[in-house]
Amino acid sequence: MEGMEKMSLFNQGKTAYLLLADGRVFKGKHFGAEGTVIGEVVFTTGLVGYQETLTDPSYYGQIVTQTFPLIGNYGVNSEDFESDRAYLSGYIVREWCTAPSNFRCEGNIDDFLKKQNIVGLCGIDTRQLTRIIREVGVMNGAITSEDVTDEKVKNELLEKIKSFEIKDAVMSVTGKETRVYEPETEKYSVVLFDFGYKRNIRNELVKRGCKVTVVPANTTAEEVKKMNPDGIMLSNGPGDPSENTEIIENLKEIFKLDIPTFGICLGHQLMALAHGARTEKLKYGHRGANQPVIDLKSGKTYVTSQNHGYAVVGDSISGKDGEVSHINANDHTCEGIRYSDKMFTVQFHPEAHGGPLDTAYLFDEFVDIMEKERN
Amino acid sequence: MPLRSDIKKVLVIGSGPIIIGQAAEFDYAGTQACRALKQEGLEVVLVNSNPATIMTDKAMADKIYVEPLTLDVLRRVIEIEKPDSLLSTLGGQTGLTLSMQLAEEGFLESHNVKLLGADPLTIHKAEDRQAFKDTMEKIGEPCIPSKVVETIEDAVDFAKVIDYPVIVRPAFTLGGTGGGIANNEAELRDIAKNGLRLSPITQVLIEKCISGWKEIEFEVIRDSKGNVITVCSMENFDPVGIHTGDSIVIAPAVTLSDREYQMLRTAALNIISELKVEGGCNCQFALHPDSFEYAVIEVNPRVSRSSALASKATGYPIAKVAAKIAIGYTLDEIINQVTGKTYACFEPALDYVVVKFPKWAFDKFVYAKRTLGTQMKATGEVMAIGPNFETAMMKAVRSTELGVDSMNMKKFKKYETEKLLDMIVHTDDERSFQVYELLKRGITTKQIHDLTKIDMWFLEKLNNLVKLEAWIAEGDEEVLSDEKYECAKNFGYLDSTIERISGKKCPYHKTAVYKMVDTCAGEFKAETPYFYSTFDEENEAEEFIERTHTGKKKVIVFGSGPIRIGQGIEFDYCSVHCVWTLKELGYEAVICNNNPETVSTDFDTGDRLYFDPLTKEDVANIIATEKPYGVVVQFGGQTAIKLTRYLSDMGVKILGTQADDIDAAEDRERFDEVLEKCGIPRPAGHTVMNAEEAVAAAENLGYPVLMRPSYVLGGQNMIIAHSEKDIREYMEIIMRPGLENPVLIDKYMMGTEVEVDAICDGEDFLIPGIMEHIERAGVHSGDSISVYPAQNLSPRIIDTIVKYTRELARELHVIGLMNIQYVVYNNEVYVIEVNPRSSRTVPYISKVTGISMVDVATKVIFGAKLKDLGYESGLYKTADYVAVKVPVFSFEKLQDVDTMLGPEMKSTGECLGIAHSFEDALVKGLLGAGYDLKKEGGVLISVRDTDKQEIISIADKFAQMGFELYGTSGTASVLNHNMIATNVVRKLSEGEPNTLSLLESGKIHYMISTSEKGRMPARDSVKMRRKAIERSICSLTAIDTARALAKVLQSGKDINDIELVDITKI
Repeated sequence: MEGMEKMSLFNQGKTAYLLLADGRVFKGKHFGAEGTVIGEVVFTTGLVGYQETLTDPSYYGQIVTQTFPLIGNYGVNSEDFESDRAYLSGYIVREWCTAPSNFRCEGNIDDFLKKQNIVGLCGIDTRQLTRIIREVGVMNGAITSEDVTDEKVKNELLEKIKSFEIKDAVMSVTGKETRVYEPETEKYSVVLFDFGYKRNIRNELVKRGCKVTVVPANTTAEEVKKMNPDGIMLSNGPGDPSENTEIIENLKEIFKLDIPTFGICLGHQLMALAHGARTEKLKYGHRGANQPVIDLKSGKTYVTSQNHGYAVVGDSISGKDGEVSHINANDHTCEGIRYSDKMFTVQFHPEAHGGPLDTAYLFDEFVDIMEKERN
Repeated sequence: MPLRSDIKKVLVIGSGPIIIGQAAEFDYAGTQACRALKQEGLEVVLVNSNPATIMTDKAMADKIYVEPLTLDVLRRVIEIEKPDSLLSTLGGQTGLTLSMQLAEEGFLESHNVKLLGADPLTIHKAEDRQAFKDTMEKIGEPCIPSKVVETIEDAVDFAKVIDYPVIVRPAFTLGGTGGGIANNEAELRDIAKNGLRLSPITQVLIEKCISGWKEIEFEVIRDSKGNVITVCSMENFDPVGIHTGDSIVIAPAVTLSDREYQMLRTAALNIISELKVEGGCNCQFALHPDSFEYAVIEVNPRVSRSSALASKATGYPIAKVAAKIAIGYTLDEIINQVTGKTYACFEPALDYVVVKFPKWAFDKFVYAKRTLGTQMKATGEVMAIGPNFETAMMKAVRSTELGVDSMNMKKFKKYETEKLLDMIVHTDDERSFQVYELLKRGITTKQIHDLTKIDMWFLEKLNNLVKLEAWIAEGDEEVLSDEKYECAKNFGYLDSTIERISGKKCPYHKTAVYKMVDTCAGEFKAETPYFYSTFDEENEAEEFIERTHTGKKKVIVFGSGPIRIGQGIEFDYCSVHCVWTLKELGYEAVICNNNPETVSTDFDTGDRLYFDPLTKEDVANIIATEKPYGVVVQFGGQTAIKLTRYLSDMGVKILGTQADDIDAAEDRERFDEVLEKCGIPRPAGHTVMNAEEAVAAAENLGYPVLMRPSYVLGGQNMIIAHSEKDIREYMEIIMRPGLENPVLIDKYMMGTEVEVDAICDGEDFLIPGIMEHIERAGVHSGDSISVYPAQNLSPRIIDTIVKYTRELARELHVIGLMNIQYVVYNNEVYVIEVNPRSSRTVPYISKVTGISMVDVATKVIFGAKLKDLGYESGLYKTADYVAVKVPVFSFEKLQDVDTMLGPEMKSTGECLGIAHSFEDALVKGLLGAGYDLKKEGGVLISVRDTDKQEIISIADKFAQMGFELYGTSGTASVLNHNMIATNVVRKLSEGEPNTLSLLESGKIHYMISTSEKGRMPARDSVKMRRKAIERSICSLTAIDTARALAKVLQSGKDINDIELVDITKI
């Protein structure tokens, strides 16, 4: 039908809902895959970089809302993925772009989500949703094509939503095998712990002459020792950090190897936990490309890319081999810890993708440490 | 670092008169800066020659000099005031250039003045072509490759290096004559050969042609600690090749993936870090649409038009932050006022899109070349905020007041497709509408993209509107389906537009809700009272009003929309003052406006700001949310006044003069009745609807006659017709867009024009001062040099003017402000026009008389009586100062516009001279307006027959001062006949050398040129006047202006001998 064809141009898919754990309902339209999916509803404020968001394994178990209303403007290309697939549970946008434009565009976001079997919801007031999450805190929810205006349907789904928990997140996303990535000329070798790592962490290292050996999250200290690396990189990843008790224990052992170590995001949190610090869940996390972080040593503020729902309690690390090196300029939460002159971790994402490249110098510092250690 | 302890007294230089490319944005920036400085307890000394600004208001600075912005004046101000610092980066290019000159000549150092904001080295690196290239090369940022060559072979060799197409720019030819784009070697050889021949120094610049690349801008800020952030990215709808000031702009950039975005963002940060700017900076990039290749086009190390736009688009107050940085603060110490919790050291996240649409003056300049290019032509702009591009675009075109409510521009319906396809290649101001018409005709987005290089993203979005319009027009049901209606609302259509386009009734009326602009996309709770409309469910404005409930009465003040000729910054001054007074009186003041350049749209000016179009439906939605006690329309120019009738009919309380009385002043017939009743004469006139009636009316009145459409603004399309031919030409032009309102024809009286602004409270009235124009009636009041107090009026005439003003105020039941224009002809006073609202001259008169007119008028509107405020009825005592307002034009920016003054307003801004005597004030005014008052050289005179008698005495003055006189045959003959030695110059038709070659010779310093006819670019007189503009020759096009100038020159007054006036002491 002529009319129908045109309707699709205005994001007029099949009716779908967002049901939040507190019972609130948003009515919108499906895009991407259809059906029902439950997850933790979070929002991210990045203006660009949706493709990186979609393929960031740290979003495992979450339904991600984009606060920028127009998503998919430059389409989807095969170069900007941060992992092999989309790990998030569901995706919410106000409007997706039916006719994207960019020289690298290979298709639109709707088709991508369909291929990845990710359930999407569009046509809702994402600002209203964001404000709810901001006020109430992150909460579970479901995107569904079921008619939740029917009380019975709604209550049944609510039960499921309430009992949902993100479990075994790291083990669900980590690679099962060890893989090696060679630089053009090898200067250092780095073991990269894959807690759900973003490709650009690897790329930033390879670019700097590191042979990167990506290892599964549960690789033991023994195994690492055998590899005799110049450095260890602890990656980002999803879920509640304190849940990973085995990994934390293992990290304590790895720490004893006294190898230069750099941790990012979950890697930062796990390292802190291994040192006896505590982590806490933030009300609604930091997700976006505009988070200001103060480097306490230089006093400079950097704009960083972030994606985390938990944070290390700053006070809990001091006196335990570590010192807070960076804090968030907005809420003063812990953004980085320095353990020794060869071990440091940050909560934010110096590898960017998406987001600002302003803190990429940390990779240089890591490489410098390895260089120094070697001499 | 906190506030520097060595800063106590800061000199701020403003940007002077409004010209194209330097408009209200610098009043906004300057005002923000002054306030920020004062908040820190610093003493602020301000110099700005533009009186129509808020920054020159007593509350803004401790010492205010409304003086010409020249080095002489600034040196003297520094000597008098002894500031310890000078803030250079907030007064546009004018302020920056002057600051740098003072620094470079060592004056600042020798007077112990620190330069804040940017140092000369920074500026040199950013502005000097070679230094800039070297700097960019040093940090590895690519510039557009170019090379100066002197032979064809060198040109060809260089083109091989940079690849075709290349642009050839001959050195020192005007307007780039002889240049062009070469796509291959053969073309290059051709163009370069010609270019080298035309260049007086046989030099051409060969530059890589990047037209068609994406144009992307970043606004960046850096502090002394080296913290750097970007505030906003912006993408131009129109690709490289069209000045960004003339481009439709969207924020944030939309067609860049994270890779390109971060690449350019990082480049911007690298640039500002290398330049070591401490404050705001604008970086413009060209990005290849099909690769990661990019080039830095331009860097502005200061606040700019773009930074004003970025501030309004994000809620991040760049100028305020820049000012704080300049006095020592760092970004991590400055609180983000919007959230109150976070710091200025972060990057705003938007959850909406913003569209900026330029406002051009081509409706006034009928013969101006409309083609857009690298020279900016827009006088102002609007901004619109929406949840999607379609909505923002629709809001933007409505705000521009072009007479359209969607992308459909009626006149293009009649154009052949071929013609439209040709037009979109040669970009003019209406290209987006031409594109839209083509899309409607089924021309594909791809085809249009290939022709224009406009990104497919934008074209597809426009095409969505086309599809939507077709979709809602389908079927013949009487009432539109809910689904279609909702869809149209979400694309930003007004109900009235939906009904017109669909031919169906709307199923119901959906009222807008309002979202907050909070800099953080909802991440933090914000208290900014800054809103825009959407058609969602949640109304944040309503919530905000409830939460912050004060119990105060709410009053909405409607602003004046985009800056245009005839409706400039002065109306923003008035609106802002009204708001301030309302707050003082204990009301909650709400502003509605859509101009991003202004102080009124700063989110902390009013208690709430609605950034939306000012059409009936848009305004009705705001009223539905605000439920105000009343609204004020008289300070927002014609834009706001136009809404009065509608609002009144809606049952909204109009505060001040009522709708019906406004109508009585604007409706020709009703106004005539009022005049008759009061016994006040006006020039005889008629109302006509077509050329035949016009000719008959003119014959009845006798030539010359004044013609204008009814309901005018700034003398839009107004002419003096001397013959039937003039009338027919005029009627043809005016009827082209379809005549809706009648045309008025009046007897033209060549007398003295007098202007009065008055405040009336229903019983008493107050005239702070009477202004007399130097140019006689016939030159638009906005283009006349205006003198306060009137210098040549007899007590009897003044009494009559006061009496007439009282009668008119009473009869029109004016409550608040009114402006009346009179002409004194043969010793009789006639009324030309009454505007029951604020006017262009209100800020000027307020400043010189010390009566803050808008404050008083606002109080009166809210019930105060002039008597209670301490004012007696009638004409206020004359001030001790004479103030001369001199208009400023932007003719060099507008090709083919005749510079001759006439009844149609042409000036874009004004400056003021204040002194104890008329001559002194005029010296200051003329200097401020850019006249250099040189006392030697040649004067070329060519005047129409009616001016020939009067020119004799003027020419004599010039001759006596030792000027060499030149005249065209008629004029020279009259002068020589009167014993004033004048060289005869050939007219254009008489062969070379002629007037044009004389103007090019450099011998001429002043030109006096008047002609019976103007406008048509092909006429000799117009060519002469254009040539004078091109050659920066002082061109006088009204006999009275010439006389005034001669008088000033003859008085021998020098600015250095005239006292500088601190107006805070008036």
